[in-house]
Amino acid sequence: MPLLKDGKVVDDIWAFAEDGHELSPGGCIVVSLGRFLSEHDQLLARNRSIGVRLLNSDDPALLASYLDQLHVIEVQFPKYTDGRALSQAQLLRRRLGYKGEIRATGQVLRDQLRLMIRCGIDAMVIAEADAEGVYAASANAFSEFYQSAADTSESIFVKRQKLRQSKAAE
Amino acid sequence: MYRYDQFDETLVRERARQFRGQVERRLKGELREEHFKPLRLQNGVYLQLHAYMLRVAIPYGQLNAAKLRQLAKIADKYDKGYAHFTTRQNIQYNWIRLADMPDVLDDLADVEMHAIQTSGNCIRNVTSDHLAGANLDEIEDPRPWCEIIRQWSTFHPEFSSLPRKFKIAVTGAATDRAAVRVHDIGLHMKTNSEGRVGFEFIVGGGLGRTPYVGLTVRAWVAKEELLDYLEANMRVYNRYGRRDNKYKARIKILVNELGLEAYKREVEEEFAAQNAWEKVALAQEEVDRITAYFAPPAFAKLPAVSEGFEAFKATGREQARWAKNNLRPHRVPGYVSVHIAVKQQGEAPGDATSDQMRVMANIGERYGLDDIRVAHEQDVVLPHVKLDDVPAVYGALKAAGLHASNAGMGSDIIACPGLDYCNLSNARSISVANEIQAVFSDPEFEDEVGTLHVNVSGCINACGHHHVGHIGILGVDKKGEEFYQVLFGGRADEKAAIATIQGPGLKHEEVAPAIRRVVDTYLVLRRDQTEKFIDTIGRVGQAPFKEALYAAA
Repeated sequence: MPLLKDGKVVDDIWAFAEDGHELSPGGCIVVSLGRFLSEHDQLLARNRSIGVRLLNSDDPALLASYLDQLHVIEVQFPKYTDGRALSQAQLLRRRLGYKGEIRATGQVLRDQLRLMIRCGIDAMVIAEADAEGVYAASANAFSEFYQSAADTSESIFVKRQKLRQSKAAE
Repeated sequence: MYRYDQFDETLVRERARQFRGQVERRLKGELREEHFKPLRLQNGVYLQLHAYMLRVAIPYGQLNAAKLRQLAKIADKYDKGYAHFTTRQNIQYNWIRLADMPDVLDDLADVEMHAIQTSGNCIRNVTSDHLAGANLDEIEDPRPWCEIIRQWSTFHPEFSSLPRKFKIAVTGAATDRAAVRVHDIGLHMKTNSEGRVGFEFIVGGGLGRTPYVGLTVRAWVAKEELLDYLEANMRVYNRYGRRDNKYKARIKILVNELGLEAYKREVEEEFAAQNAWEKVALAQEEVDRITAYFAPPAFAKLPAVSEGFEAFKATGREQARWAKNNLRPHRVPGYVSVHIAVKQQGEAPGDATSDQMRVMANIGERYGLDDIRVAHEQDVVLPHVKLDDVPAVYGALKAAGLHASNAGMGSDIIACPGLDYCNLSNARSISVANEIQAVFSDPEFEDEVGTLHVNVSGCINACGHHHVGHIGILGVDKKGEEFYQVLFGGRADEKAAIATIQGPGLKHEEVAPAIRRVVDTYLVLRRDQTEKFIDTIGRVGQAPFKEALYAAA
């Protein structure tokens, strides 16, 4: 399945290492939250890039002191109707200030891309032949939002306030 | 009434365009029903027993003539010439073709309306007091805050795939006409010890299979913190609400399983952790801008007593009765609020034809300052009518068959569509409601009984709100036969209480006679004519009423 990063199809260089499996030296490895929390010293010390896979019941705040050293955090949509990963992404971006990749896996449907992007998810594995086309259409379906979120778009409340201020300045 | 600016307009148009694309993909077979379902549901489109149903949002129940006429036109153009006002102040069409849905959304957008979040596991259309801005006991008009919540919750990126649907109601009056204590979140405007108006924040009420009266999480939340405090509650629910069982997924179950104190701790921790970036940027100027749309209309200076109205009441018993039952006092002298009972004997409660909608639009425009409301009792309300105009309003309503004088009375029944329309239902609702209405067919008897709320649900999902009926009726299926359980003592107001099931179910034909015996018992036991049915039950207990219920020979 194609992996999208910021709307473009890219090669997936990350491999998930099951708990208990030996890690090869170097490379880009994703591990579970449990494994990361118990082995982070060894994992981060070696010459490799580390990512963490969160179950959608995991608390992202447990990663707070390691976020600078993480390159990828995977969040999961086991069912497209389960929106817990949206809260995890918002927490990672807005509360914890995480700057690396947040990758969505599982049932990632085109009609939900816009919501994911707004919550700070910048990569997703999606079962669509024309993944880039689908992303562009979904990401741009709306030009206005009432809420501020993890993406940089200004909320309608903020835009109205700016309009008022520019009118007052005239 | 709130008017869209360029931003609101753009958003609703873009939504209509997006849904058109989704419907096209579905009709072409590119989108499976399984994946189309959450999309159509977030847009108010249900697959019912016979056809698709479209639920249109009427934010906090407020309409004007142009909107109501457009709703009538949609009923004619795409449906069978009628529509159904719901218990959440919305309107539903039962016979719209899927291929026509996108055109309907465009027609709605033309009058600043939509079907956004009228279904699905998201924050639903916010409801309120249908007498907001008119009633006597209002602390503050709740509608600006309803509109602010509408905007904040529309396409909220984080809270679009919640464990279950989420209903918010707001009231600003001492008397709660918005049933805020039986909502997922209820907001009751209250003045604190410093004299500032804020919100009592009530969480975890609800009906359905497991009814609960909501609990107060905070006695007072400041206006400027309302959206942030809402976000904290929503996030706790989104993260920790149960998703393993649809029937245990509402926030009421989370609150009850955690316990109020633990739930409160979660919310307060989440709220305290919000940083500046996370806070909702809602400037006071924006609150003021929205509030200005709900400024009181230009009321005329009138004497408190109208000769024309007094003469009208004296013209006959029918007029006097309608005036007594269907008018509510207004805060401005010389004005009154008019209840139009959209409950005709033999029809489904809440059903209105397109002609009736146009009549109500015309009357509202001419005599009601163009303000028309839908009440959660499935009535239509004109909040601002001059007493002097009441005779003309009554005449116009009567000509359209809309002069039923039973507002708040025994025959003003709330009922779900039941087995006749709904694929969840176990039993018919409308026919039972009709038979109970017949118990009150003698106006003198109905008046003698006075205020009485009867609620009928066709199954345990409780769309007819039987848990909060003074008398509740619940249809159940026993080996293919319809039975009806009867409940007493429910209420949805500021003294909210969940009704108690009395015992084994009655057969369809036994229900109405049993209700008659119960009502007769009330007439014997009440202290005097001013003691309502619900208060007599509260005073003497349910036992004598239960005895009457099962007293058939």
